[in-house]
Amino acid sequence: MVSDYRIQGEQGEYEVVIGLEVHAQVVSKAKLFSGAATAFGAEPNTQVSLVDAAMPGMLPVPNRECIRQAVRTGMAIEAKINKWSRFDRKNYFYADLPQGYQISQLYHPLVGEGEITVSPDEKNPDKTKTIGVERIHVEQDAGKLMHDQHPTKSYVDLNRSGVALMEIVSKPDMRSPAEAGAYIRKLRSILRYVGSCDGNMEEGSMRADVNVSVRKPGEEFGTRTETKNVNSVRFVMQVIEYEAQRQVEAIENGEAIVQETRLFDPNTGTTRTLRSKEDAHDYRYFPDPDLLPLELDDAFLEECRASLPELPDAKLKRYEDLGISAYNAAVLTAEVETAAWFDRLLATGAEAKDASNWVNSVLPGILNAKDVDFADPRNTPEASAEILAMVAKGEISKGQAKEVFDLYLDEGGSPADIVEKKGMKQTSDTGAIEAKVDEVLAANADKVAEFKAGKEALFGFFVGQTMKAMQGKANPQVVNEILKAKLSS
Amino acid sequence: MSGLTDKTIAELRDGFRSGEFTAVEIAEGFNEAVAASDRLNAYVEKTPELALEAARAADAAKASGDLKPLSGIPIGMKDLFATEGVLTSAGSKMLANFKPPYESTVSGNLKAAGAGMLGKLNMDEFAMGSSNETCAHGNVISPWRREGSNAALTPGGSSGGSAAAVAAGIAPGATGTDTGGSIRQPAAFTGICGIKPTYGRCSRWGIVSFASSLDQAGPMAKTVRDCAIMLGAMAGFDPKDSTSIDAPIPDWEAGLSSDLKGKRVGVPKEYRIDGVPGEIQKLWDQGLEWLRDAGAEPVEISLPHTKYALPTYYIIAPAEASSNLARYDGVRYGLREMVEGGGLHDMYKATRADGFGAEVKRRIMIGTYVLSAGFYDAYFTKAQKVRALIKEDFRKAFETCDLILTPTAPSAAFGLGEKMSDPLAMYLNDVFAVPASLAGLPAMSVPGGLDDAGLPLGLHLIGKEMDEQTVLNAGLAIEERAPKIDMPEKWW
Repeated sequence: MVSDYRIQGEQGEYEVVIGLEVHAQVVSKAKLFSGAATAFGAEPNTQVSLVDAAMPGMLPVPNRECIRQAVRTGMAIEAKINKWSRFDRKNYFYADLPQGYQISQLYHPLVGEGEITVSPDEKNPDKTKTIGVERIHVEQDAGKLMHDQHPTKSYVDLNRSGVALMEIVSKPDMRSPAEAGAYIRKLRSILRYVGSCDGNMEEGSMRADVNVSVRKPGEEFGTRTETKNVNSVRFVMQVIEYEAQRQVEAIENGEAIVQETRLFDPNTGTTRTLRSKEDAHDYRYFPDPDLLPLELDDAFLEECRASLPELPDAKLKRYEDLGISAYNAAVLTAEVETAAWFDRLLATGAEAKDASNWVNSVLPGILNAKDVDFADPRNTPEASAEILAMVAKGEISKGQAKEVFDLYLDEGGSPADIVEKKGMKQTSDTGAIEAKVDEVLAANADKVAEFKAGKEALFGFFVGQTMKAMQGKANPQVVNEILKAKLSS
Repeated sequence: MSGLTDKTIAELRDGFRSGEFTAVEIAEGFNEAVAASDRLNAYVEKTPELALEAARAADAAKASGDLKPLSGIPIGMKDLFATEGVLTSAGSKMLANFKPPYESTVSGNLKAAGAGMLGKLNMDEFAMGSSNETCAHGNVISPWRREGSNAALTPGGSSGGSAAAVAAGIAPGATGTDTGGSIRQPAAFTGICGIKPTYGRCSRWGIVSFASSLDQAGPMAKTVRDCAIMLGAMAGFDPKDSTSIDAPIPDWEAGLSSDLKGKRVGVPKEYRIDGVPGEIQKLWDQGLEWLRDAGAEPVEISLPHTKYALPTYYIIAPAEASSNLARYDGVRYGLREMVEGGGLHDMYKATRADGFGAEVKRRIMIGTYVLSAGFYDAYFTKAQKVRALIKEDFRKAFETCDLILTPTAPSAAFGLGEKMSDPLAMYLNDVFAVPASLAGLPAMSVPGGLDDAGLPLGLHLIGKEMDEQTVLNAGLAIEERAPKIDMPEKWW
């Protein structure tokens, strides 16, 4: 799929070129090189080990679980896993960086090239584009400065210091804000399926550095800017829109684009210069002499691979093969919780298409009307399964299904019990229905004659009478079939 | 109880065990000697109560038959080892009041083996120096003097306090650390033994880092046997240090044997560098004779790249140090200098300008320079390549020999102040010591005799990786044959 996103300048059309560096916090109970805990929102400086505070003589020891998560993530995007990788120190001074360097991987990352298939147009999930991933490396997060605690002093919270991050670096393969948004959404989905990152962008578990340049289509790449630490899909798209427009205007005004680091202001939707290339740090990267190269054996890699769940693309294909529409399948698979929920529903034997229609089209309406979250504990796949089973058996109508679920949310218990208790169960007992049909037809011989003479609209009347005679509990489909048979004989 | 402080660790241990004297008597003897040693400036912090505490525990352990390898032995601790609740300054103003809430693995191992601690020993600032003159606490003065002179001499460095303490009888043994000769050169200057084991034998956890890929702890003591005893207690795998070697620790003391039959001693032909004084050459030849006498066969070997070892070392060590010392920024611990109305960077500058001495600053600047964009490949990458070649030289050499003999240092101890104005002359002190550091090999200095001025000279033994035993055994063979060195009479 080729993007037709263009910036209209006065001197023609421009194409935008986007690359993303996503920092994803690794799900792990302990930090990358220390045993300290990693829970979000803890009191400042309560999750800090001697290593995290860079006390004299403290040494880093790699946490196997963090490495495992990064390897599994690499496998999930079909990337090359480097069995030999190495940690480097990135040296710079800042109060939130106790060691005076960040342990990262510049020269030999853990994960090499991979790819992610995205659907930039949510309405047409079948239209896909493959975005290359250059590498994934693991590194330490920094602490946090707090400037609002004291009129003249800043405070440092080291809880986040040393927490493991994966830096997932894309190739400059994206050409529109929509593609970048789709990439982040898909990446987030994969990370959450794998369980290597919780994907919580508000809490900062995922942040993106957005590289943007513009060019006339077909020309060489332009000079790029990098906007740091953007923490929502919407903001990433805003950065791209703003930067692309700004760069086109600059170019058309005869100004050169400066390779620089920029900062996004969510309040104005604009970016501004943070530091130019001239002010860029010289990070003096070199191999961390406190750490040996990281060597992974085949058993470890096999364990990583075996532990991978069914991933979004495979699941989507499976759903489509079950007859679920591409759109519905895309919606069902986007969030790992929804997909897991739906798989539990399928596991009860529910028919896939009916189940998908129920979950995609019916359930959201009922939940929204009652302001109940999909994740609400009452909304179990088992409850939906019971309802779908009753519909399938003809025990209740589709209309009743909604009513039953509604009652279930209010009253709890099991949907089958509700149907039983409220006497909502329809009968498909053909003998009983046939008897009533016979009675109705006998009692309305004149109308039968009119019907047979061509007044077909009377069919509804017979249905209504039969249902009334059945006290509303007959399966309408069975009633229809029997009536059709009797009236055509 | 005088006389106790002249004894070796083995003698103290055996005398204590046989009931000749108690551990408390040993501790009191050394505490007294330490208290009367201020003129040497060897101790930056004295901990007589800790020495006594361990001694009382040792006496109790003896009564209950629960003795540990070093029960009854008090030792001195280089001030680079973090000691819980006790000053750990690394010889720097930056950490002048730093008392860590943790104990280094090596000092903890010694404690667990029953050893007591007499105090913290002076050293060059952050272990950077060969004369003990870069220390923020003032330099150590060697107990040794040239015959007929009262001129103050260096005990060597960086483990100068440790060396002086052992030579002066104010510690029967002491810990040292060696990055490019910091155990071996001071051992040679003070007529004692010191061994740097294979890189990774001793955990670096809790030792204030200088250059991580080179730093290695080791013992300094009067005899080879004492070194074997101490090293056995210090070494061991530590999961808290990723570079620690996961291998069993042999009983080096039990393995001691000065019979070197079947061993080949390599003498590197390239080491006969210009300007080695005649008496150093003479000692070297003598050392080879002693080893031959012990049954070893001398062979000539070639270490062609070792001539680049010193410049390689002075790129890699400062590079790592420049990064390792970035943590001393005034934010969390140690010195903090604030500037009125200033910001974070003003604090950094003021703190680091005031907290670091000239030699440390020099090495931070060299290290920063060699890692900088545009210079990285020319210096750091090239140095790493040369380091690999030096390792390869040793690997090849050890195909034809089992250990290597060289002098420890190109001269005997020099006078304090003699070389401070010439860093390069100072760096040359480590010319024989540095190659083994770059290759991570075990290496030891043992006394070989005295020079014409009556100052000790050391012989240097380098072994195969993990083969400390052969190094110790060859050291023992020399020790048995070399003229016995009498430690200097107390003048301090």
